[in-house]
Parts: sequence; structure tokens; C-alpha cells
Amino acid sequence: MKEDIQSFTISIYTENNIGLLNRISAIFQRRHINIESLTTSQSEIDGVNRFVIVVDMTETNASKIVKQIEKQVETIRAYYHTEDETIFTESCMFKIKSDLLFNEPQIQNIIKESNTTIVTVNKEFFVLEKSGRRNEIESLRRDLNAFGIMQFVRSGRIAVTKDQMKITELLTASK
Amino acid sequence: MKTQTINNKKEVAEKTQRITGSEAIVRSLMAEGVDILYGYPGGAIMPVYDELYKFQDRIHHVLTRHEQGAAHAAQGYARISGKVGVAMATSGPGATNLITGIADAQIDSTPIVCITGQVFSHLLGSDAFQETDIVGISTPVTKWNCQVTKAEDIPEAIAKAFYIAKSGRPGPVLVDITKDAQVSELDFKYEKCTGIRSYKPIPKTSQESVNAAAELINNAKKPMIVWGQGVVLGKAEAELKAVIEKAGIPAAWTILGASALPTSHPLNIGMVGMHGNYAPNKLTNECDVLIAIGMRFDDRVTGSLDTYAKQAKIIHFDIDPAEINKNVQADVAVLGNSKESLAMLLDALNKNAHEAWLQEFKDLYAIEFEKVIKGDLHPTKEGLTMGEVLKQINVESKGNAAIVSDVGQHQMIACRYADFNVSKSNITSGGLGTMGFALPAAIGAKMAAPDREVVAIIGDGGFQMNIQELGTIFQQKTAVKIVVLNNEFLGMVRQWQQLFFDKRYASTEMTNPNFIAIAEGYYIKAKKVTKREELAEAVKEMMESKESYFLEVCVEKEDNVFPMIPSGASVSDVRLS
Ligand SMILES: Cc1ncc(C[n+]2csc(CCOP(=O)(O)OP(=O)(O)O)c2C)c(N)n1
Repeated sequence: MKEDIQSFTISIYTENNIGLLNRISAIFQRRHINIESLTTSQSEIDGVNRFVIVVDMTETNASKIVKQIEKQVETIRAYYHTEDETIFTESCMFKIKSDLLFNEPQIQNIIKESNTTIVTVNKEFFVLEKSGRRNEIESLRRDLNAFGIMQFVRSGRIAVTKDQMKITELLTASK
Repeated sequence: MKTQTINNKKEVAEKTQRITGSEAIVRSLMAEGVDILYGYPGGAIMPVYDELYKFQDRIHHVLTRHEQGAAHAAQGYARISGKVGVAMATSGPGATNLITGIADAQIDSTPIVCITGQVFSHLLGSDAFQETDIVGISTPVTKWNCQVTKAEDIPEAIAKAFYIAKSGRPGPVLVDITKDAQVSELDFKYEKCTGIRSYKPIPKTSQESVNAAAELINNAKKPMIVWGQGVVLGKAEAELKAVIEKAGIPAAWTILGASALPTSHPLNIGMVGMHGNYAPNKLTNECDVLIAIGMRFDDRVTGSLDTYAKQAKIIHFDIDPAEINKNVQADVAVLGNSKESLAMLLDALNKNAHEAWLQEFKDLYAIEFEKVIKGDLHPTKEGLTMGEVLKQINVESKGNAAIVSDVGQHQMIACRYADFNVSKSNITSGGLGTMGFALPAAIGAKMAAPDREVVAIIGDGGFQMNIQELGTIFQQKTAVKIVVLNNEFLGMVRQWQQLFFDKRYASTEMTNPNFIAIAEGYYIKAKKVTKREELAEAVKEMMESKESYFLEVCVEKEDNVFPMIPSGASVSDVRLS
């Protein structure tokens, strides 16, 4: 009975605490689980942080990991979701030599067709920014790579769930 | 700065006063009811020691001889009393020396609070003298930890530390306090912590889960209970007994569950696990409903999970949701505090008896007795056995002593053969298996329960791991009884070498010093027994001693502990020889 490995998005609501990132990453490290991406930011509730972690694993392990995360004192609540249960995106930036923008008309087409935003242009370089699914970003990178990229960076996944998180109610209930 | 007069009997923590951070630390500890702590001074914690000096008639600091000893002593204190043990150390090496004890407390769910000094906050990250990232180092082995860099944050940090250490599933907490926080002033007011928004220590027990459990149990033909330390930590000994008796269920224990039900109870069927009893191990794979209470299906208990209780419906009672389905899939999970959940279960159970089923345990016990126990307790060979020493201790203690065992063969023998009438009497390092645990833990246990007889059972190997704590025993006049079962080997490892490595005794034979001379060097009364006819008298003398006493018993060198489930084997494959 071998369980499938799939991509899970783990969402963790936490108190702001310096040590918590260390605790959470240790939970993965101990079990040799590779973190695909990790993002942390303010959540919809003031003073509550939200981690979004993407991992490939079996559902059984995802559920065990989430319980270990919830066990941490400063974790308010942790959930795991499949791709189907979330709306998610990543974003990326490219820094490219400015002369290419004017000398290679193909680049302008790529920018237009992929709905990529030009963030800034100056004499030496211009910067592009795009949000989307991983495959869109990858294909954009491949296309631009043909002309030469000075810098490329992609963010971790951010995601919201289709279902309600009920975290606000949870917090008001415990007051 | 003015210190309050030491004799001020008023609640010191009540009103706001301007004091230093270090005084606030001591006052916070006192406000938590701490009257004893274990530790070792050094540069980064000296201001706190200065305050401890001023408050010495209200809070007793025990100078151990090593910080590891302080951590284990705090554990021993906590394990016998159910209260929070406290250990203190300086920064750097002092703090890192605590780590083994903290890790031990983490895996054995023992409530301790460790206070460490830290370099001045402006030096953090500069590789200052005796700076070590103890918060980083201790993170994986603490329930919670924090660093305090401002005096005004001290009371709240300590209040949180105590609350977290003792609530829910207990565990170790470390509070690291920089020296500038210790020496600067704050307006001190102490408020105990009663809750933390993100932390739910006790999940609510659902009546449905209890009903589902009761239904399985009421319909079971061959139910079996395995309880663990969760019963002790939840103070649910009486509820456990009532459940067992009402439903007539044979009940076995894990090493940390020992003593929650008297050894002599007719439904107490012994210990499960690698060196547990034959019947409960074998019949784990025969029962129809397995009721796990406050235990975590450790691999030393289950052996191979693929062949563990596959035929049984599993009911798992635990306070920690992360334990449910971690190792063994539960058919019914009952979350909550064991005292509450077992009381609810009791109401829902039918009165029952399972005589024929109980007889199966008795039959297998008879086999174990013939093949193992008889030889251990009533040996006919010349050499002394560890078992007969335990038997003699039982004779003198009448089952009322607290047994603090170290790690190895003697530990398994102690857990197998010690009689327990009283709960919280089997103090041992279960999850981490820390050699060197027993001597300092016995000190903490004896100090927390001075009216109880505390007997440390230690191997000649483990004794030398924290032997320096004899100094603490001597200085504090702690009346612990120390029994070293000397087989001149790291016995448990030697046993594995004999059974699984063709008797290649790599680095397990020990040339030992004159232990008696060492004990006497610390002015501890000491005796060595090499012959059977000397044993009873020596144990009697030890147990009757009002002071600490050291007894070395030279036992057979190459005895093995059985039954044994070889690692990775099934509980059904438990061996008797
Ligand atoms: C700190 C530590 N180091 C190593 C071990 C591995 N170990 C487990 S039992 C054992 C032998 C213990 O020997 P001794 O204290 O003489 O007790 P005996 O088994 O002979 O009763 C060893 C080395 C351990 N448990 N703890």
C-alpha cells in the first residue's frame, strides 16, 4: 500500500517569534524533508504571522508534520492543503541589459504576450516582474535566457485556500 | 540597590518594586514556589548567584559538580514530586553541559526550567568569551525557549517558562538571560502565567470518542491495556485502577509507566518492550482490543511495527494530538488529560471479568518464571545475579522505596524486579537512555521527597559518567542509597556483542577503580559484597542507614537480560534465552 507523493501547501498561523522559524525548519530537517519553498509574512490578522511552506510528501506524512508544527507553543494553527484546494502563485524578477530592449524586437513581444510588467528602465538595464504559475515563469525564463539575463530571482509560493481558515473565529473564541 | 530583608515573610512578589534583573529572577522563582534549585556558577550568571546568596534561607541552591548533574537532579526532583525542577548554569560551557539533561527531559516529558546566563547583549554574535547560541542549540530539545535581553522582560519570561513546562504534556524550557538584563533595573511585579493564546495544553475530551472506546472495550473478549507515563503525569493512578478493576482488563506498563499501579495488583501483568515480560509482549499480538493510555508506542515497546498488534483494534488515549497515528494507527483516539478521560471511560464501561484471558497471561508467566525469573531471583550458580540484589532490596523496602536506575542491564533488571507500592517510584531515563542519569537524579529525588527511601541502582559504567556527584551528596548530606552492580563490563552493550557480534567485546570490558575508596574519599559509608552470604546483611545495613550509603555488589560478569525482543523483531518473537 504505497502512498502517492504529492505537493502540499502547509499554512501556519503563528505568533511573531524569532525562534519559531528555527523550530519549524528543524521539524522538516529532522525528517529529511526537503522544503520546496518557504514564505513568511503578516497574515490577515494583525500581529499574526503566516508561513506558507510547500513540500512534496505523502498525505500521511503531511498530517504528521502539521501536528508536530501545531505542537509548538507559538503556533496558533497549522493546515495542509493540496494544490486543488488552494489558489497559489509565485513571482519573479529579471534584470536585463537595456540595449536588448531596443535592439531585439522579439523581447518586446515576449513581454507583451506573457503579461510581464516592466518595473523600471534606465540606460544600463531594465527590470521585469511577473506573477504566475511555476510553468509560466519557467517558460518566460527560457525565452529570455536566449538573449542573456543579468539577474533572475523567483519567490516562494504564496497561496490562499478556497475554503475558510476559521482562524479569526478561533482567536476570538479563545480570548 | 537595596535588598529586602531576608526575613520578610510577606509575599515579596505582590507589589511593584524597583530591583535588578538578577533579583527579579530569584523573586520570580520564589513566586513560582521554588525552594530548591540545582546549578553551577560562572561569569555570566554571577549577579544571580549574588542574589541567591542573599535569599539563601528561602531558596536553597544546590551546587552540583557538573551542570549535567544539575539538569538530571532537577529531573529527579520533578519526576518524584510532579513539580517543576529548576537548573541554573552560566553561559557557554555551563549552558551546553545542561543539554543532555534537557534532551532527556524532552523525550521523557519532564517539567524542568533551565536558567542560563548569557554574555552582554551588545556582545551577542561577536564570539565573545563564553558566548554560545544556547537558544539555537537547545531549540530541538526544548518544549519552549527564549532569550531575555531586557530586565523588564524577566518576570514574564519566567512566568511563561513555568506555565509551559508544567502544563499539558510537560517538558523542559530554557530561559537565557543576558548579563545586562541581570544588572539593570526594572519595576518588578510578578504575575503567574495562566494561558497563552497560541497554546492549547489540554485538548478537550470528546464524549463520542469515549463512548466509541467503551463500546469496543465492552464487547472485547481479550482486551489488554498498556499504560505509560501519561497516567502518572495526569495523576490518574486511581482512575486507571478503577477502569482496570471494573472491566477486568489485564494491564501492562511501559518503563515510564511503572509504579502507577502497585506491582502486586492481580491485573498488573508486567512490563512491555524489549526486556519486558514474556506474557504481555506475546499477547500483544493476541489481544482483540489494545488500549494504550498515555504511552507513545516507542520502538522499544513495539518492536517491528509491521507485526505489532495487527489483529487488534487500537484505542489510544493521549494528551498530545501529535502522538495519535504517529507510530500506530488508532481505531479510536481519545484526546485529553488522562484523569478526565479515564474517569469518563469508567462511567461508560460495563462491569466485566476476563478470567480465561487473564489465565493466558498467568500461563506464560509460569514459563517466564521457569526459564528466566527463577534463575535471576533464586540463582543456584555461584556468581551473584543483579536480580537477587533487587529481590533483597524489595525485602527491606517492602516495595516502598523509589528506585532510580541508570541505563543498561541493571536498569532492565531494576524495572523488571523492583516492587512498587507507590506511584512515581520508578525514576529512570527511558526515552534517551542516558547513562549517568541515576546518581544526580537520585539526589534531586531525595531532596524533593526527603521522607522517602531513594535507592539508586547503577552499573559500573554509568556510575563513572557522573561519579563527581558523590561530592554533592557529601556536601548536601543527601541520604541517598547508591547500589553499583559491578559486572566489570558495559554489560548491555556486551550482551549485544555476545548475541549479535559473535562475542567480539570491543571496548566494553572495564578495569575499574576501587569504588569503595572513592566513596570513602567522599566520606560516604561504603561496603563491597562479593559473596551471596554477605548480601542480605549488607542490603539491610544500607537500607537502615540514616545517611547516604554506597554498596558495591560484584555480580556475574557475563549474565544476560532476558526476555529480549531483538531490535527490529516482532513482539511475538520475544526470546527467553
Ligand atoms: C551516555 C551514554 N553513552 C552510551 C550509551 C550506550 N549504552 C547503553 S547501555 C551501556 C552499558 C552500560 O554499562 P553499565 O553502566 O556498566 O551497566 P550494565 O549494562 O553493565 O548494567 C551503554 C554503553 C548510553 N546509553 N548512554
